[in-house]
Amino acid sequence: MKFSVLVNEGPYQHEASDSAYHFTKAALEKGHEIFRVFFYHDGVNNGTRLATPPQDDRNITQRWSALAEQHNLDLVVCVAAAQRRGIIDADEMKRHGKDANNIAPGFRISGLGQLIEAGIQADRLITFGD
Amino acid sequence: MTMLHIVNKSPFEKTALDSCLRYAQQDSAVLLIEDGVYAALRGTSLSEKMRRALETVKVYALEPDLKTRGMDQSRLLDGVELVDYGGFVDLTVAHDIVQSWL
Repeated sequence: MKFSVLVNEGPYQHEASDSAYHFTKAALEKGHEIFRVFFYHDGVNNGTRLATPPQDDRNITQRWSALAEQHNLDLVVCVAAAQRRGIIDADEMKRHGKDANNIAPGFRISGLGQLIEAGIQADRLITFGD
Repeated sequence: MTMLHIVNKSPFEKTALDSCLRYAQQDSAVLLIEDGVYAALRGTSLSEKMRRALETVKVYALEPDLKTRGMDQSRLLDGVELVDYGGFVDLTVAHDIVQSWL
């Protein structure tokens, strides 16, 4: 079956980012396809490579990046939500004249249309959030 | 067509489970995850309501989230079924519509 996952809550906030990750991983292990993981609202904070949690804590962003690399996942961060929260890739950095970018490996920034498409293309859209 | 309702809020803090149970139709399923697992405990002010709900809907609780909170099956209401993340995935496959009550 084809799944899409929507993450509406930031990492380390409550538990949604963890639940979404474990669900995605379990679905892949069962042989299902993950069409896309879309990060919206505070969920975009999953996509910064600059987060540095303590070494004995899970690194939520690195965990997503590793899963994306392993399974060729499409991790999409909502552009409008990302701009508000300072999540920026190289293109956005240039466009807005910023001095740095912070998007994590495996993530890309795009628009809400990607969420609509994820909902249409997948058999199930599973929402995690607060 | 059957529906899976996912509740991730403690019923002692938020009204998500209340709303869910009000709309859940016969033979649909409710999956309790994160703080939602507190609804599955016996001996709480909510237990009677859950017992009534269990007569019409299936209730599942996510075992890892229950264990994270220091609890296990022995604390649960009769009729509540535990699932792991694989079981969570299976439930979303088995039900045509999946609704998260955020």
